[in-house]
Amino acid sequence: MQDVRWNDPESSRYLGKSVPRLDGPGKVTGNAKYTFDIVLPGMLHAKVLRSPHANARVANLDVSGARNMPGVRAVFTDLPQTARFAGAEIAAVAADTEEIARDAIRAIKVQWEVEPHVVSTRRGMRDSARVGRPREATRGQDPDTLWSSAAAVIEAEYYCPVREHLSLETHGLVVQWQEPDRATVWLSTQAVHGSRGELAGALGIPQQNVEVICEVMGGGFGSKFGPGVEGRIASALSKMTGKPVKLMLERYDEQVASGNAPDALMRVKAAMSADGKLLAFDSQIWGTPGNGNNSGIPMPYIYTVPNQKTWQAGVSTNTGGARAWRAPNCPPASFLMESVVDELANKLGLDPVKVRQINQGSEIRTKQLELGAQMIGWENRNKTPGAGSARYKRGMGCAVAQWGGGMGQPCNCDVKIGNDGSVYVGIGTQDLGTGTRTYVATIVAEDLGLPLSRVRADIGRSSLPFATGSGGSVTSPSVAPAVKDASMKAQVRLLETAATLMSAQASDLELRDGKIASKSNPSNAMTFDQVCAKLPPGGIAVSGTTLASLQQGGVAGAQFVEVEVDTWTGKIQPIKVVAVQDCGYVLNKLTAESQLIGGVIQGLCMALLEDRKMDEPTGRMLNPNMEMYKVIGSLEVPEIIPVLYETHDKVAGIGEPAVIPAAAACVNAVYNATGVRLRTLPMTPKRWFEAMEATQ
Amino acid sequence: MPKEESQTNGFSRRQFIRVSGAAVAASTVAGTIISAKPKPDAAPTVPAAQGAIDVTLKVNGKTHTLNVQPRVTLLDALRERLEITGPKRICDRGSCGGCTVIKDGKTVYACMMLAVDAQNSDILTVEGMGTPENMSVVQAKFVEHDALMCGFCTPGFVTSVHAVLEKNPNATDAEIRRACAGNICRCGTFNRVFEAAVAAAKAGGSA
Repeated sequence: MQDVRWNDPESSRYLGKSVPRLDGPGKVTGNAKYTFDIVLPGMLHAKVLRSPHANARVANLDVSGARNMPGVRAVFTDLPQTARFAGAEIAAVAADTEEIARDAIRAIKVQWEVEPHVVSTRRGMRDSARVGRPREATRGQDPDTLWSSAAAVIEAEYYCPVREHLSLETHGLVVQWQEPDRATVWLSTQAVHGSRGELAGALGIPQQNVEVICEVMGGGFGSKFGPGVEGRIASALSKMTGKPVKLMLERYDEQVASGNAPDALMRVKAAMSADGKLLAFDSQIWGTPGNGNNSGIPMPYIYTVPNQKTWQAGVSTNTGGARAWRAPNCPPASFLMESVVDELANKLGLDPVKVRQINQGSEIRTKQLELGAQMIGWENRNKTPGAGSARYKRGMGCAVAQWGGGMGQPCNCDVKIGNDGSVYVGIGTQDLGTGTRTYVATIVAEDLGLPLSRVRADIGRSSLPFATGSGGSVTSPSVAPAVKDASMKAQVRLLETAATLMSAQASDLELRDGKIASKSNPSNAMTFDQVCAKLPPGGIAVSGTTLASLQQGGVAGAQFVEVEVDTWTGKIQPIKVVAVQDCGYVLNKLTAESQLIGGVIQGLCMALLEDRKMDEPTGRMLNPNMEMYKVIGSLEVPEIIPVLYETHDKVAGIGEPAVIPAAAACVNAVYNATGVRLRTLPMTPKRWFEAMEATQ
Repeated sequence: MPKEESQTNGFSRRQFIRVSGAAVAASTVAGTIISAKPKPDAAPTVPAAQGAIDVTLKVNGKTHTLNVQPRVTLLDALRERLEITGPKRICDRGSCGGCTVIKDGKTVYACMMLAVDAQNSDILTVEGMGTPENMSVVQAKFVEHDALMCGFCTPGFVTSVHAVLEKNPNATDAEIRRACAGNICRCGTFNRVFEAAVAAAKAGGSA
């Protein structure tokens, strides 16, 4: 087997270049069919009854009103009759129209036995029964023995609230049951293969009899792996009625019950030496994963502190369960550590960029910091934070990040070439909007020397060769090397046939512009189609697997943010962001840049707006909608410069890392602009004023 | 009677209809089974619910008559009854812009309007602006500039940009941002939406 390497971007036609995504035309014309868009003949609509109480038990459930309603086809009640958060699923119905299904849900009568609840981390912390087993670690000397000898010490509490995924397409599916034992399921998912088993279990049929389809999906950000309770409900209703059933969550449902990122209440004491070295670190962190599990925040994130003590524990509350949220746990880790390092650097009057370079071990990040500083004009920042008396104050901040995931997982891929010259590539991955489908096709087009339009790429079906779920930024490093392996195998087979036909050595042949030609004698050439016509019946059919040598995990990044603060209103407006991100081997420049831009925007949303609000008296979410759970809009988006920092010849996943440092860089920029340190996110105008008053 | 309904009062009115709809007992034609997939302009596949009325909608130049309850929104009528699924249902209460359509030249949120109130109007959706093979200038520039990722908000943005360029083919970046202020994108495509829109303006607008 030859040594397979990624194509040299200098001489490539597609790889490493900017290629508009293949499903773009379908998406801009409404032609692309998302799960939410599936309409089948005779399809029923399902709706879910949810608990209005945060901690309660169903004493009596009367579904007769729903069952007897004309147009209602089935009622499903095989769900836990206890609710541990407001929004827990209690019953479901399927009806001819959505409107009737909503009526039917309202016609269900429930008698509740309501118990006391706790929905905030601060209240939950006080109840030892709600605090999970702590994770503790120590290293070096006890930090408590070192504070007095340090040049600078800070001690503070930071808070990052619960954030939501806010996928625009809600969770949901359409189940089409086919007697006696088959089903087709359209599912908005980050894992078509990973979801098959759960659906088969819910339907009581073999996995091989379930086809999961997700051609396009409207955002997941970590929240859309298994079909979950919606899958169980829709599967049961479809089987009960023998009809296709569509269950797409309502916006309220989505925001109370389909996952979130835990909050982080972080109490920290840290010390730095006069030359800018982190000396000692002590942290205590509480966070609520709701009624789910806590996975823990990496501390002290990317930094090496010789003497440290870390402690953290999850706090169980009566709120919806946490799920993986783009770069799980890293955004709050970055917010904390990048704030702490910035505070200490400023206290000592040192350049925050230099202090970062001293304390972290990555050579790549050191260079990224230099590059980013140059691009944002770091030397123009406020030398004295908050100096001047102007109404509008500008400042700059930076933050760094590391995403440790992204190691490729084994996947399989089929490439087929027909005797008519048609080319097919199939792999059971899914495109979350990252551009997966496009690079699956470009890799093959590149290796076969064909225009992209000649390659048919098929993804998003569980009947295609296995591919891993899209989480942990593993998709590209898993999928691309499998496609590459298959495409090189197809190339080898094609060149063998061509070599015989052209009386040439296969190693002397190259594929380019739909032709196969001798490198030493370019006049000895055949078209791609001429060679394909001479292939054996059945053409070429090869399978590839993920080649470990073509992928890597773990990428570094650095971001710089310039903000303007209106000191009369407290409004913070990001002006410009430079995002330097290690991207490994770039498959598609255009879509890679979009990932960085999108990551930065989500990071800024975290800095300025995102905050799931729970009402302690009622235990309900106060902002389960899109006007009160706020994200950035077109009038707030700053200029964003994505910098693809290419470090080597291996594919790395970059879906997650760019979201990590933006919030911290924004916090530090606000400090540089106004001399006001905000330690609670989001940085609302009210919080800026409060912090400003505390500063004075 | 079709009548104009402002986006602000549309909310409360529609919510009222939704809730009071609980009292409207619905009946269905038992055993209605449609086995063949309908053509886009065919009759709705849904069994008639009680109180359903005939509603005539003119969408993308084609006239459709469908039988729906008066409480059905324009958005749900388009998506579930006519299979015109370009406009997306995201927030379902007029705060995200995913369902934006052009009604008689003006952008409206299709989730904030009842289908009955959209009669006698010309409704334009992304499907009516172009096809994958023959995209409008705006659509083509969105693809070229990668002004989309997951693509779920994209029809709404394309529609907002289309509408502003119809009004002002030389719209500036600031005007385009204002036109898109009612659209939310979660993937974070804004910058490239504005680039695409400015490029579309330079290339001849919304045609």
